[in-house]
Amino acid sequence: MTSRARRLLPALGLVPFLGYLAIFLVIPTIVVVVGAFQDQGAPSLTNIRALATDAATGPLWNSLLLSASTAVIGAVFGGLLAYAVVTGSPQGMVRRTVTSISGVLAQFGGVTLAFAFIATLGFSGVVTEALRSSFGIDIFGSGWLFGLPGLVLVYTYFQIPLMVIVFLPALEGLRPQWREAAANLGASTWQFWRHVGMPLLTPAFLGSTLLLFANAFASFATAAALVSQGNPIQPLFIRAALTSEILLGRQNLAYALALEMIVVVALVMLGYALLVRRTSRWLR
Amino acid sequence: MSVQRRGRLQAFRITVFVALGLFFVVPLLSMLDFSTRVIGGDGRTWVNWQALWTDENLRGAIITSLLLALFTVVLMLVLLLPTMIWVRLRVPQASRLVEFLCLLPLTVPALVIVVGIAPVYAWVTYFLGDSALTLTFAYVVLVLPYAYRALDAGLSAIDVQTLAEAARSLGSGWGTVVTRIIAPNLTSAILSAAFISVALVLGEYTFASLLNFENLQVVIALLGKSDAGAAVAASLASLVFASLLLIAFSFLGRGPRRSKEG
Repeated sequence: MTSRARRLLPALGLVPFLGYLAIFLVIPTIVVVVGAFQDQGAPSLTNIRALATDAATGPLWNSLLLSASTAVIGAVFGGLLAYAVVTGSPQGMVRRTVTSISGVLAQFGGVTLAFAFIATLGFSGVVTEALRSSFGIDIFGSGWLFGLPGLVLVYTYFQIPLMVIVFLPALEGLRPQWREAAANLGASTWQFWRHVGMPLLTPAFLGSTLLLFANAFASFATAAALVSQGNPIQPLFIRAALTSEILLGRQNLAYALALEMIVVVALVMLGYALLVRRTSRWLR
Repeated sequence: MSVQRRGRLQAFRITVFVALGLFFVVPLLSMLDFSTRVIGGDGRTWVNWQALWTDENLRGAIITSLLLALFTVVLMLVLLLPTMIWVRLRVPQASRLVEFLCLLPLTVPALVIVVGIAPVYAWVTYFLGDSALTLTFAYVVLVLPYAYRALDAGLSAIDVQTLAEAARSLGSGWGTVVTRIIAPNLTSAILSAAFISVALVLGEYTFASLLNFENLQVVIALLGKSDAGAAVAASLASLVFASLLLIAFSFLGRGPRRSKEG
């Protein structure tokens, strides 16, 4: 056996793992990317051009709007919650409980979450009926829960806990000594936050917000179970393109839409990675 | 800290905890109330909860999802654990590649993988038949990032190199090193990887619904159209079960780190 062969031999141990991921992760991704530039089996830009039509830009725009609004709402309320947690005792019951529950709720999504809100605010939901019988208020309205406004509310339910999980380490890294040093130099609370706290936390806050954006943008199950009619957002539009081939008369449109989704998520995650690098400079 | 500031801070904390607490608790309590109320009457009924085992579709789906969770955990461990140990011992230059591949499913949305996986699944059904249990293959990819992190944390906490060398010099083969020397030292990491995998598989909807297989979530979504009460009961049950697993996961993940500090 030559020395070169002996050096390469241990790498053979990775073959099962790499082969598996090639089949179930890399090939599907390549199928999407290549398929987006094909039509009827031949290279074509038809499907990429179809992304610019109104039928395709509408769901994309709605998706971006939904992701951006839930990311901002989640970031603000999650940030407040994280701050309320971090000002308490580090080993206290409150912090342990909130972080554990956040870990659970950030994973809570999909069909179960949709039904949680249908049971609460649906036509015969518990809160809907309570408000109807005791105050005569009709919170159900014309079924806003099953459209875009409903999705904003429901997504918030898993965005806030996710924000707590990703933003808490940055808040914990804000050392009390800095605050004391600022106070010694005569800074007020406002001045401390304006000149020390906020500049330090901004990259972490923006990075977390981007992560929340990607999280909402990629979500499918909650919307699939909740939205009753039409395909208002990108993931649902992809499902429609995938299951009904008559849509716009193009088979490969689903590939082009999925590629568009990869591009958006990849860009957002790139921004996230850059901001995390910026934060890790001062975060121990 | 001044007394006045401390008071304001306390008021702020209480407001935040109460307001957000209500936002998170009300839907959960509503699920319980919704699934146990008697339509057009007073009192409580457990009919919807009994549907979990009396409704054949639901019972079948629960069994399918539990089996899927079991198979996913086994395949994930068989595939990932020896690879990660092997990378640490013999091919450390591949560690970045393995990490990148394991974390890739966080960046490529599940929906995108489903869109592209159809040709692959055409082969899977050709060889293994049209069973919902074939979803195992896709689910292993889905749980990969979370399982990788859990196992990686466990492996970083022990000295894999020394353990392996000691075992090898006493004459054990690589199989023994992985199964009888290193794995027993990783119990809590393996358990935590398994728990998060089970929780994710039980909540999975995207792959199953778009590949036309019936798992728990797909059946719950279908059931919601005819019997909302039973669907809410099943949702709450699966949520409670997943929560217990995830809480156990968060405590397992914390264990070794604290003992290292102490």
